[in-house]
Amino acid sequence: MFAFIVRRVIATIPVMAFVALFVFSLLYIAPGDPAVVIAGDQATPADVEKIRQGLGLDRPFLIRFGEWLFNILRGDLGISIFTSLPVTQLIAQRIEPTVSLMAVTLLLAISIAVPLGVMAAWKAGSWIDRFAMAFCVTGFSVPVFVVGYLLAYIFALQLDWLPVQGYTPLSRGLWPWFENLILPAITLGFVYIALIARITRASMLEVLQQDYVRTARSKGVGEMSILFLHALKNAAIPIVTVIGIGIALLIGGAVVTESVFAIPGLGRLTVDAILRRDYPVIQGLVLMFSFVYVLINLVVDLIYTLIDPRIRY
Amino acid sequence: MKSAGGAALVAASGGLAMPALSQGASAKTLRFVPQANLANFDPIWGTQYVVRNAAALVWDTLYGVDEKLTPQRQMVESESVSPDGLVWTFTLRPGMKFHDGSPVLAKDAVQSLIRWSARDPMGLMLRAIQNELVAVDDRTFRWSLKKPYPKMLLALGKNNSPCSFIMPARIAETDPFKQITEYIGSGPMKFKKEEWVPGAKAVFEKFADYKPREEKASWLAGGKRMMVDRIEWIIMPDPATASAALQNGEVDWWENPISDLVPVLKKNRNIEVDIADPLGNIGAFRMNHLHPPFDNVKVRRAVLAAMNQEDYMRAIVGDDNNLWKPLPGFFTPGTPLYSEAGGEILKMRSLDAAKKLLQEAGYKGEPVTCVVAQDQPNTKAMGDVTADLLKKMGMTVDFVATDWGTTGARRAQKTPPGQGGWNMFHTWHAGADCLNPAPYTAIRGNADKAWFGWPNSPTVEKEVENWFEAKDVAAEKVVMDRLNKAALEDVIFAPTGFFLSYQAWRKNVTGVTKGPLPFFWGVSKA
Repeated sequence: MFAFIVRRVIATIPVMAFVALFVFSLLYIAPGDPAVVIAGDQATPADVEKIRQGLGLDRPFLIRFGEWLFNILRGDLGISIFTSLPVTQLIAQRIEPTVSLMAVTLLLAISIAVPLGVMAAWKAGSWIDRFAMAFCVTGFSVPVFVVGYLLAYIFALQLDWLPVQGYTPLSRGLWPWFENLILPAITLGFVYIALIARITRASMLEVLQQDYVRTARSKGVGEMSILFLHALKNAAIPIVTVIGIGIALLIGGAVVTESVFAIPGLGRLTVDAILRRDYPVIQGLVLMFSFVYVLINLVVDLIYTLIDPRIRY
Repeated sequence: MKSAGGAALVAASGGLAMPALSQGASAKTLRFVPQANLANFDPIWGTQYVVRNAAALVWDTLYGVDEKLTPQRQMVESESVSPDGLVWTFTLRPGMKFHDGSPVLAKDAVQSLIRWSARDPMGLMLRAIQNELVAVDDRTFRWSLKKPYPKMLLALGKNNSPCSFIMPARIAETDPFKQITEYIGSGPMKFKKEEWVPGAKAVFEKFADYKPREEKASWLAGGKRMMVDRIEWIIMPDPATASAALQNGEVDWWENPISDLVPVLKKNRNIEVDIADPLGNIGAFRMNHLHPPFDNVKVRRAVLAAMNQEDYMRAIVGDDNNLWKPLPGFFTPGTPLYSEAGGEILKMRSLDAAKKLLQEAGYKGEPVTCVVAQDQPNTKAMGDVTADLLKKMGMTVDFVATDWGTTGARRAQKTPPGQGGWNMFHTWHAGADCLNPAPYTAIRGNADKAWFGWPNSPTVEKEVENWFEAKDVAAEKVVMDRLNKAALEDVIFAPTGFFLSYQAWRKNVTGVTKGPLPFFWGVSKA
């Protein structure tokens, strides 16, 4: 197992190197110019050119890429063109809100979606199944921002139960922290619940046809035990896989959710950086997201061994 | 927030919870939603309006323009000018301090002006005629020139970006094309760098040692008395969220509500809505004078003759007639130098006349590359109207839908449209920048040195020069009529109309004024 983990961690190095080269090249050829944005609308072309030189954007591609790569190897993601703050500091400022949002969303989604999917499979064809699948179709179909606005309108503006926007750090208390995350987590979790519930249902339907389930029933084992202790464990591999893949979905969804609820997280940082062509920030973020994604895949692979003892690395 | 569940959870979380701000502390904190993200904080390096607006809290200026558009003394106690108009001597007010506790000295003003004058159009003019700019003693500095510059006080007090903000000399020594990293001024509020989360929040705290002038505050002039201890700028990229937060009392003041949401805000009895900036904005599209078909003035005039400004304005502001007016000229309506001279062509609205001009110009259906930023509601709205207009005129339109970042880079290309260049792009100018030719780079016709589109109009340039030399408003007015006419004849650019926007605040906030930027002095919160 240890050797497997080491091998997988080493395997991330070429992946990250490719991502680095790809992102850098993509930004190099992409249209747009941060110097134009900095200079403002009244700036003359000469001003823009001087700013571009000051930022070193007029230097050849290979020199800039080499410098950036060298700095990354030293753990330095560079300095934001716009704020003059280190990219690592900008990411550090934003990581807590995003991690909090994703953690609450994940918790909420799994705790709703898995029982929903299990129940739908158990009562396949019944009104419970139809309700669950209608919920899933809605979850897939309604855009994240529509759900967000709707929830904010009902629970913040009309009922005044929850805040419309913002983020309170966990250090200021559990409730203030949680209060700000309820609506964004439901919003972001909606599609995620749909995804997990559908996969759970499909996987459970297959498992519930197995002989050992029939045997368990004939032995008089309770339905809940069959569903959650025997069948779910055997249906878990695709569910865990989709939860892992779905985290990428969450990262994408966080961009919209953080904008709708004005949460100062990594999603908004990414959008702001792209719109302003803040190259070091975009590069740093993409690299970080790639690393997180590779890491999640590794964790998912390791969880397989816990679920299914037959899997060995 | 009324929430029983919340109270229960706070109780349950026990020691984890920290008390929220007490009512008194909350009342002294003003929460403001600015027009854009404060992504950097160097008002000389980055000339975006949002940077200037924040900078006006932290840095003071030697002079400040008041609501009558007249520069008044601010950090300066007195000034004198030699009879030949060549030597200006300025004396600073005594007792002024920077936020780090050091006194404001003449050398700080000198170094700040050196940095500012490298970036500002008026500053560059001053540099070009400068003999020397030196500190005479701790409170006095002298600026001697090779020729008189009647607009000196306007240059030092104007609110157009970049303003001549005064910084400590050691900070102002930074290359004007590189960003400062210390944000120390002598203005009424201190910038809390440690609480700054670019893209999310910027915090300002009252500067206890600030000594406001005795005069009543008026825009950037007079006594800047702060009635709140702390101002939090909360960045909200989504207008619907800002609207909901204002209605919910989570923020106190929103700088620029979009017109679609204004009716909702007006219905809320806790919210006040009013015009934000009486100087408004001037919509525009620029044609590239370097390449066909717009290198031919008749084609440019054809576009002016055909356009209907009402179409543009309604596309931007909707049906609210209080928010727009036609603009047969280039300068801000309702201000002393406004002119409509030569504006008849913008009142024609005649497709027939336009087609005739195109025929005379020999237009043969060359494509017009119209670059339109889709992420800016104003440019998108204007771009759609223009594309329709050109088609009705019989022109071939190559509509390039893109974002503002790409438009900004592309408009700087002088190459032909087929090689990465362009024929047309849309933008808008703050009315405060269009009061006179001094900050109005878009009106210039100095060819290669002109703003994007590079119009070459010696007549316009001559009148701009005449304006700088005009001794009084009457003389300026005469020049401005000629300038407006010349700029329309050569079609420096196409003005699409004058439009205003709203600001909104909660009724427990008082002292909000109309102006070209949000003025926080005098604003209090109950």
